[in-house]
Amino acid sequence: MKIIVAIKQVPTRDSQLNVADGGKWIEEDDLTFEINEPDAYALEEALQLKERDGEGEVIALCLGPSRATQTIREALAKGADRAIHIEEEQLEGLDTLGIAKLLAAAVKAENPDLILTGLQSDDFGYGQTGVVMAELLGIPHATIIMQVEKQGNAIKVKRELEDGWFQNMTIPLPALLTIQSGINKLRYATLMGIKKAKTKEIKTVTASDLGVPQGASATLDKVYMPQRTKQAVIFQGGDDPAKAAAQLVEKLKFEVRVI
Amino acid sequence: MSSVLVVLEQQGGKWHRMSWEALAAGAELAGKLGLSVDAAVVGKGVGTLAGEAAQKSIGKVYAVDHDLLASYTADGYTAALEQLIQQTKPAFVLFPHTYQVRDFAPKLATRFDRVLVSDVISIEAAGSGVTFVRQLFQGKLNANFAASTGAFASIQAGAFRAESLAAGTAEVVNFAPSVDASVIRIQAEAPFRESSRAVDLTAAEIIVSVGRGIKEQDNIPVVEELAAALGAELAASRPICDAGWLPMERQVGSSGQTVSPKVYIAVGISGAIQHLVGMKGSKAIVAINKDENAPIFEVADYGIVGDLFEVVPALVAEVKKAKA
Ligand SMILES: Cc1cc2nc3c(=O)[nH]c(=O)nc-3n(C[C@H](O)[C@H](O)[C@H](O)COP(=O)(O)OP(=O)(O)OC[C@H]3O[C@@H](n4cnc5c(N)ncnc54)[C@H](O)[C@@H]3O)c2cc1C
Repeated sequence: MKIIVAIKQVPTRDSQLNVADGGKWIEEDDLTFEINEPDAYALEEALQLKERDGEGEVIALCLGPSRATQTIREALAKGADRAIHIEEEQLEGLDTLGIAKLLAAAVKAENPDLILTGLQSDDFGYGQTGVVMAELLGIPHATIIMQVEKQGNAIKVKRELEDGWFQNMTIPLPALLTIQSGINKLRYATLMGIKKAKTKEIKTVTASDLGVPQGASATLDKVYMPQRTKQAVIFQGGDDPAKAAAQLVEKLKFEVRVI
Repeated sequence: MSSVLVVLEQQGGKWHRMSWEALAAGAELAGKLGLSVDAAVVGKGVGTLAGEAAQKSIGKVYAVDHDLLASYTADGYTAALEQLIQQTKPAFVLFPHTYQVRDFAPKLATRFDRVLVSDVISIEAAGSGVTFVRQLFQGKLNANFAASTGAFASIQAGAFRAESLAAGTAEVVNFAPSVDASVIRIQAEAPFRESSRAVDLTAAEIIVSVGRGIKEQDNIPVVEELAAALGAELAASRPICDAGWLPMERQVGSSGQTVSPKVYIAVGISGAIQHLVGMKGSKAIVAINKDENAPIFEVADYGIVGDLFEVVPALVAEVKKAKA
């Protein structure tokens, strides 16, 4: 199977976020970046599908600024065969629909059998890039996938539903799946893999190369720290954890009454 | 006159509770814009459900009925709702932000060259435009998104109050879409549950719940000791169960159990919405987190800002002292 995996680079998980001047986005200068977590699972699933098949190709697809090259290299080091980087420094004018249009345009000529994406990004969390791509490409999709098995010209998947329920479904190929975190065990890149990655192809294209009309149907006006509506009683445990613990136990005993 | 359309969710004849929250959001938005709010229910033989929805103070309820809509498929639902929207031309279309909506609503919105503004927590209206507020970075940041007439949006669990909907008598309108079997490409089997749950967290009075702040499996005893000292059940956020550090059946959240103990102590849990929906109903919530801006503090009654590896052992000692 020819498998395309869409990966995104996002700020590392425990980043301290500060709103940038102008209030339109966060300050990025001091942040470090990593692969979006569900995308890491999507990549792993693609690599495992190829290994189980004993043949095929895994292509990493990434839309992002030049710094995203780092994340693409890591995907190649883990075992992706080649990559397509839609390199754009300014993505602010796009909504998820615009982003999915670019991604769809970039994969069209590849005619993949299967496209995998993470189920949502840790930054915007729109949770729809994959679904929109599938619609634009005219192929079926399934979301929140916890298991994938190839069956001839189709794939059988286990989809997660709410409250601990699941559902199996069969989808004809080509198809798109959005992958849930935890579907598999992530691998680390080996030294050999890192070495090999340097020789692998990264094809760079720009949005204008792809000729996709730009524009957004929902525009980000401002970002801000949420206002706390509920006032919690907070104890500072930084300097004197024992004191904070004693204060909390006091509350648990006399207000919550569980001790 | 155009209206706000809210697509309600049912499965096997049972309502998804978030349907009413989305309808409340729709009623609020319609109120602000001076429009009416309509609802749609999709499936096979949904007349009775449409009748139930019509007992709210709304305009119309569309019973979108077809044999091929008997069980959910993204293809079937998209085809049917595309026709309803084309015919009724609503000003805005809202959904509850359920797993099912995540599966088909972006596809439906794309048919109209629109993005789905997903997981919205509040809505402001100014003139004919609307601002949807949604969270970024798993609740660490809020963002305002401006959208014009024709926008699609889904509503986060718990963001609007279903009780705010007044009773009334709405008109039920039958809508028979044309759906051809060939548009449905996916073959879905019946939903199932993995295994019976050996651990019933719902009965616990005290729950100590651990998240990724615990860093590694070898540190789990740190929270086990606190649970033991309090006589509490141990629970966890999803990444802990995904990693196999604790069994799946101890997972709290939208894909795990929903609990409401006397006190829920969240240790090293950030407070992502998928976790919050599983424990927000607790009588009291305690959060222990090193990040004072962690969203978990938003739902907490008590909190300690600090390093759990210092705070939790201190807490164990204090609990033992208090019990002695
Ligand atoms: C469809 C779907 C379904 C999901 N279902 C669920 C579900 O059922 N249940 C669930 O829990 N999640 C679920 N999730 C995942 C959810 O979105 C979050 O990713 C998850 O809840 C995060 O877990 P966490 O808080 O443990 O980890 P993180 O978000 O990584 O938070 C770790 C926290 O620990 C704190 N911390 C780190 N070190 C320390 C220290 N030394 N001392 C104190 N604090 C520290 C950090 O400040 C941070 O706040 C679901 C996601 C999706 C998309």
